[in-house]
Amino acid sequence: MTHAVSPLHYLIVSALLLVIGTLGVLLRRNIVVILMSIELILNAVNINLVAFSRMHNQTQGQAFALFVIAVAVAEAVVGLGVLIALFRNRGTVLADELDLLKW
Amino acid sequence: MTANHETLDAALFYLFSLLALAGGILCITRRNAVLSAVWLVVSLLGVAGLFLLEGAEFLFVAQIIVYIGGITLLFLFVIMLVNLDAAAKVRQFRRSWPAILVAGLALAAELIALLGRGRLPVITGNAGSAGNTEQLADTLFSHDFVAFELVSVLLLVAIVGAVWMGQRRPEREALQTEHGPGVDA
Repeated sequence: MTHAVSPLHYLIVSALLLVIGTLGVLLRRNIVVILMSIELILNAVNINLVAFSRMHNQTQGQAFALFVIAVAVAEAVVGLGVLIALFRNRGTVLADELDLLKW
Repeated sequence: MTANHETLDAALFYLFSLLALAGGILCITRRNAVLSAVWLVVSLLGVAGLFLLEGAEFLFVAQIIVYIGGITLLFLFVIMLVNLDAAAKVRQFRRSWPAILVAGLALAAELIALLGRGRLPVITGNAGSAGNTEQLADTLFSHDFVAFELVSVLLLVAIVGAVWMGQRRPEREALQTEHGPGVDA
């Protein structure tokens, strides 16, 4: 009984994964790794959605998680397309060197 | 019997959580982007295992096919197309990393403290027992039908956008090298 896994455990794992992803976005200079960190964040959200879906014993949350996966795919495809165009034009993949719009 | 079941569930939960979190940490700290992608796969596998434990079999399969088979492969392709050797040699983290790390740890502590104060019911019953995929399809094609159709449009737009941005346009590149800073190799 002491070993029962409650939704709270899933929410804590989700929160930690969200923080790891956020740290990745903020810390890294390489845009490829920043995009990977965004995938981590979206996965953390999905864990949350599925945990609540199970808690309320219905599939609405899982359907939402499926939409999150679809949006994540679209985001990754467009993001990597932008990255390739960026590399072709500027020759760098470091986020803090792309400061053309900065004063 | 049920106690054994719960112990197994808990053991699997901690195993998959460890995969997800350790994979995530290693993913964001590797210098080599290919290694980052590999650790991303480990992390995504952990998340897929958590889906399975929560009775979401369809999402488990979708996670493996779409994320591990699709997105990570895409990342690896882009890593091969974009020359990352120069980026691997320089400083990997921003200069303000101590402040960011402190802020991140504070966020983690705050989230866990708040979650600990909330009251959640313990899981009862088994949601995934009666054909999870069928239930999900029911929801998807009745309640969420409009969203489902919109997602297909979104994917089409993403495909067109990716092709358009990936195209080589010589006249534009000539413009870049004339006016802009161009390639600094």
